[in-house]
Amino acid sequence: MNRLLFRHARLLDPESGLDRCGDLLVEGDRIAAIGGDLPAADAELVDADGLCLAPGLVDMRVQLREPGAEHMESIETAGRAAAAGGVTTMVALPNTDPPVDDVSVVEFVARRAREVKLAKVHTYAAATKGLAGRDLAEMGLLAASGALGFTDGVKAVSDALVMRRVLAYARTFDLLVLQHPEEPSLAGAGEVTEGETATRLGLPAITPAAEVIMIERDLRLVEITGARYHVAHVSTGAGVEAIRGAKAQGLPVTCDTAPPYFTLNETAVGDYRTFAKLSPPLRSEWDRRAVVEGLRDGTIDAIASDHAPWDQDSKRLPFSSAAYGIVGLETLLPLALELYHNGHMPLLDLMRRLTSNPAALLRLPAGRLAPGTPADLVLFDPDAPWRISTDDFRSKSKNAPFDGRPVQGRVRRTVVDGRTIFRTEG
Amino acid sequence: MQGVARSAVFPHRHLLGIEGLSPKDVDHVLDLADGYVELNRQTEKKRSLLRGRTIINCFFENSTRTRTSFEVAGKRLGGDVINMSVAASSMHKGETLVDTAMTLNAMHPDVLIVRHPESGAVQLLSEKLDCAVINAGDGSHEHPTQALLDALTIRRRKGRLGGLTVAICGDVLHSRVARSNIALLNTMGARVRVVAPSTLLPAEIERLGVEVFHDMGRGLEGVDIVMMLRLQSERMHGAFVPSTREYFYFFGLDYEKLRAAKPDALIMHPGPMNRGVEIGSEVADDIDRSLIRQQVEMGVAVRMACLEILTRDLGNGPPLQ
Repeated sequence: MNRLLFRHARLLDPESGLDRCGDLLVEGDRIAAIGGDLPAADAELVDADGLCLAPGLVDMRVQLREPGAEHMESIETAGRAAAAGGVTTMVALPNTDPPVDDVSVVEFVARRAREVKLAKVHTYAAATKGLAGRDLAEMGLLAASGALGFTDGVKAVSDALVMRRVLAYARTFDLLVLQHPEEPSLAGAGEVTEGETATRLGLPAITPAAEVIMIERDLRLVEITGARYHVAHVSTGAGVEAIRGAKAQGLPVTCDTAPPYFTLNETAVGDYRTFAKLSPPLRSEWDRRAVVEGLRDGTIDAIASDHAPWDQDSKRLPFSSAAYGIVGLETLLPLALELYHNGHMPLLDLMRRLTSNPAALLRLPAGRLAPGTPADLVLFDPDAPWRISTDDFRSKSKNAPFDGRPVQGRVRRTVVDGRTIFRTEG
Repeated sequence: MQGVARSAVFPHRHLLGIEGLSPKDVDHVLDLADGYVELNRQTEKKRSLLRGRTIINCFFENSTRTRTSFEVAGKRLGGDVINMSVAASSMHKGETLVDTAMTLNAMHPDVLIVRHPESGAVQLLSEKLDCAVINAGDGSHEHPTQALLDALTIRRRKGRLGGLTVAICGDVLHSRVARSNIALLNTMGARVRVVAPSTLLPAEIERLGVEVFHDMGRGLEGVDIVMMLRLQSERMHGAFVPSTREYFYFFGLDYEKLRAAKPDALIMHPGPMNRGVEIGSEVADDIDRSLIRQQVEMGVAVRMACLEILTRDLGNGPPLQ
């Protein structure tokens, strides 16, 4: 049996609040023991002096592009990117071609993930057939085949009546519904956040209110239906505030955000940098700070990479024609660690947003560092300085606005079910 | 930039926008253009300054006035001007803008004049080309030669730009002419106002250095220049304003509204005009107040000046990769 002993690691388990130096023994695909000086016996010894050992990251929002656009990313290349980023579980959006609105596609993704054997891959399924926003997808059957939640992906379910039915139907089976928070009729053809940058560049703009309007509408529908509701990539202060209020009220609401929304603001678009074209768009500095505050006080439950691979041809275009989104699997940890290094959050709190919180809201047996749980681990140096180089990405696509950014925190080893899927020397 | 030295007098390789130009740069273009105004009034208008130069008019959006103006300017300076209507050709075959740029680059043009419906597209093109690029209008971003010709028109009538008060009226939201003019007039020390209903103003426009008015009476009070903007027909009927009738009533320029301006205030419009929508015919055709035809004349002179300046220091470009 495969045995792996991490010696003298700083063990971080957000779930139990564990944060101390010690050893961790992996046997087979499980964590066997955690403690002081564990006997090495015949185990492979990993000297983890000065390194953190935490549950592998649970990235609750990635786009895989397989099936349908394998020239941009595949389950295998995304798996390698995840491994390099310390991500041991990722959850894919259903916006593939064909979309994940049929049991067969859920099974296809699961089979490909089993063949590839890198990070664990789960998928959401479409809330509506064909992601068209009209007719309910087979949510019950899709959930039974393994879909973790229901969403129309990068599009909001815009029709209020359809959304009410999605939530009500989801409530029947106690399913999670995830929403892209933007009122499309208000966003119109907008591409960047309304404000001075948009005005100077002459780009069609979206009022940040488009986010909170959608969130508040949905919260009223959650009140009516009682469904579990998750707001994806929250990016505005008003959006965070609405969710804060709903949580105080006791509604079954959760949310996540992604690194660009707490590391960049609208000015990153600069001279029409399509790598900074996101949906939702980068916001004002005020909103960025509100997102940091939402993470700090726990209103924002999780940080996801929002990994959106696009090839050069999709981004090397005039701004208005370019695709939305950036790759993020390999930069999730170091960018999130900026919150720790800048003094906004304790390390354990930050890791909670990356591991146990998303695992809990997705009801996955992951994100824990406890004997008997799956040995999904990330070993990282929290302080190691380096510069992000998009050329080095394992992802098939390199679209990220972070090239050259100095960051701290580097993954040394990633373990999934006891198997080392990534390692690098210090 | 190998093979391309930048002139100390005009230290820019391209003309992509007014933003980034200094007062000295602007004066330099206008001074040179002044000379071309006189040349253009002669019978013999031809010069050989651009002999052997290839100028491509590359228009991804329909235009008659601007394209013709550039064509006339290029030909008067002796250059070979080629017109490409790209809207009708390769873009429809799925070729990307960057591919088009590479194709054109291989033909060794000296100057590319580009109009494109998307903001920032001309800059993207310029990054992929070895030749000089003139922005002839990109989306709602900039239209620098229009602002320069407007400045020349004003300077020739008023003798200066600094200290004047200029009201820019109408569809500022979608107007590249407005953005370029705001930048240029601010650079040259004029005071700029914008006058429009809120639906036609972009957010935080005041951050660009303008005073905002929603009322023509107050907005035009004491101004030296009234610049009207064109209202695109698809924006007239309910989308941004309820009707042309209502728009003209509140924001169309007529003598009644013009009374608030200085007695010697002048009227400008980048054309083509929608008579009875943003401007009344009697005002537009008032030979004492309206500069609209002079603007067209100045357009050719300014574009000649720009072509001269950008080709002045062009060496032989780098070889193809």
